[in-house]
Amino acid sequence: MAALSVNVVRKRFPALGAAPEKLVLENVRFAASEGETVAVLGPSGCGKTTLLNLVAGLDPEFEGRIERPPGRLAFVFQEPRLLPWRTVEDNLRFVLAGEADAKARIDAALAEVELPDAGPVYASRLSLGMARRVALARALVVRPSLLLLDEPFVSLDQPTAWRLRLLLLDLLARHAVTTLLVTHEPREAVMLADRILLLTAAPGRPRAELRVPLSPEERRDLARIEAVARRLLPDRPEPLAVEAA
Amino acid sequence: MSATELAAAVAPARPERVRRFEARRLRAPLSVLLLLGLWAGTAWLLAAPRLFPGPASVLEAVVRELVAGELLFHLGWTLLRVAAAFALAMLVGAAIGIAMGRVAVLDDLGRPWLLFFLNLPALVTIVLCYVWIGLVEAAAVIAVAINKIPNVAVTVREGARALDKSLFEMARVFAVPRLAVLEHVVLPQLAPYFLAAARSGLALVWKIVLVVELLGRPNGVGFQIHSAFQLFDVATVLAYALAFMGVVQLVEWLGFQPLQRRLERWRR
Ligand SMILES: Nc1ncnc2c1ncn2[C@@H]1O[C@H](COP(=O)(O)OP(=O)(O)OP(=O)(O)O)[C@@H](O)[C@H]1O
Ligand SMILES: [Mg+2]
Repeated sequence: MAALSVNVVRKRFPALGAAPEKLVLENVRFAASEGETVAVLGPSGCGKTTLLNLVAGLDPEFEGRIERPPGRLAFVFQEPRLLPWRTVEDNLRFVLAGEADAKARIDAALAEVELPDAGPVYASRLSLGMARRVALARALVVRPSLLLLDEPFVSLDQPTAWRLRLLLLDLLARHAVTTLLVTHEPREAVMLADRILLLTAAPGRPRAELRVPLSPEERRDLARIEAVARRLLPDRPEPLAVEAA
Repeated sequence: MSATELAAAVAPARPERVRRFEARRLRAPLSVLLLLGLWAGTAWLLAAPRLFPGPASVLEAVVRELVAGELLFHLGWTLLRVAAAFALAMLVGAAIGIAMGRVAVLDDLGRPWLLFFLNLPALVTIVLCYVWIGLVEAAAVIAVAINKIPNVAVTVREGARALDKSLFEMARVFAVPRLAVLEHVVLPQLAPYFLAAARSGLALVWKIVLVVELLGRPNGVGFQIHSAFQLFDVATVLAYALAFMGVVQLVEWLGFQPLQRRLERWRR
C-alpha cells in the first residue's frame, strides 16, 4: 500500500510579463510505501522544489493527482525558514500548537539533532549548520507521517554536511517516517534513500528509477568515509551532478 | 556561531573606542546648555520680560503653576486625551493598514480615501467634529484620531506588504493555527512599523490635542495656553509648553526606547 502517491502530469508556470509560460515538470510519477525514503535527484533548476511544493499542497495549480498519507506533514525547506525573532525552543513550540507534552518533546528533538542546549538561543544567532539542524528538529518534533526534505544540507561545508547526513540517516531509521528527499547530490541520495528517481534537466521528466541495495550499516560507512575524506582532502569542485539526459 | 565568535560578539568594544564614545555623549547636554544660554542672552538683550521672558521667569511660572495645582490638573487632562486619541488612532490605523497591505482590492479602494484624509487640514476635522458631534470629549478625541489614522495606516501598510511569504508557507505546512501565526509571524514583523507609527504619532497627536483644547475644551494645556495668550502672559505659555514637551520626552525615554530595545533583542 502506497503511503504517498504522486502523479504530476504537467506543472507549468504561467507567462508573467516578458517571461514566457514555462513547463517545469512532466509525467513525474512515483509512490512511496510507509516508512520508505524516496529521493528525487536532478540538476539545479529541474523543478525539485516545485515538486515538493506540489506534494506539500502549497501550490494547487497543476495537472495530476497527489495523495498524501493521513497525519501530519513536515517540511525541511531549502532554507531553514526559522522565526528569527523567536528562540529555538519557541520555534519548535510554534509547530506544536499547545500539545500537552510539548516541552518534553522539544527537549527530546533538540537532543536528537545534538543541540541539547540551544533552546533559549534566538534563531537569528544560529550558524547555518545549527539552523539546519533546528529545522530538522522542528520537522521531527511533530511526529510527521510524511517528511519532505529539500536539499537539507546544501551550502554547508562538506565535512559538516556529511556529519549531518549521518545524523539524518539515524533519525530516519529511528522514526520510520515516509520521506521524500530532493537533492542534486548523488551520494546523498544513495546514502539516504531506498529508491531514487532521476529527473532530467528542466523541464523535469523521469529518466530512471532505481533501488539502492545498501544495508543500514553500509550507508553509515559511506557517510563516515565521505566525512573523513572531505575533512582530509582539500576542497574539490562541486561533486558530480546528474547530467542532462 | 562558534563559542569564540559568540564571545567576540558580546565582548565590550576596545578601550579607545569607549573613550571616544564618552566624549561624544557630552555633546547633547552641551547643546542643551548652549540653547539655554542663547535664550537667556537674547532675553537679556531684548529686555522685554513680558513678551520675551528668559529661562528663569519661565521656570518661575512652572513652579507657580505647579504649587497652585494647576499644572498637574491640566497636564493630566491633556495626557488623557492624548492617550485616548493615540490608542484609537493606532488601533484603527493598524487595522486599516494591515487590511490594505494584504488585500489588493481594499488597497485600490482605500487609496483615494487615504489621500483625502492625509490632506485634510487638522483644523477642518476639529471644527467639523465639534459641529457634528458637539462640544464634547468624544468629539475632541475622535477629531485628533482622524488626523493621525491615515499616517498610521500608511506606515503599517508598508509593513504588511513586506511580510515574508516563505514563513507563511512554513506555518501552513505545519498547520499552525491562525492566532499563533498572527502572534509569532505577523506581529513581530510589523513591530518596527508600529513603533515608527507610534513615535511619529505621539509627536503629532499631542500638538493637535492642544488645538482641540484651545477650540472647545474647558481644561488642558491647550486651554491654559489660550487663557495665558489672552493675557499676553508669554511666560505661562512657555511654562505649559515646556512642561508637556518634558512629559512627551519622558514617554520616549521610559516607554518607546525600552520597548524598542526589547523588541530588537533578537537581532544580532
Ligand atoms: N513561481 C514561479 N514562477 C515562475 N517560474 C518559477 C517559479 N518557481 C520556480 N520557477 C522556475 O521553475 C524552475 C524550477 O524551479 P525549482 O525551484 O523547482 O528548481 P530546483 O530543482 O529546486 O532547483 P535548485 O536545485 O536550484 O533548488 C526554474 O526554472 C524556476 O525558474
Ligand atoms: Mg530547489
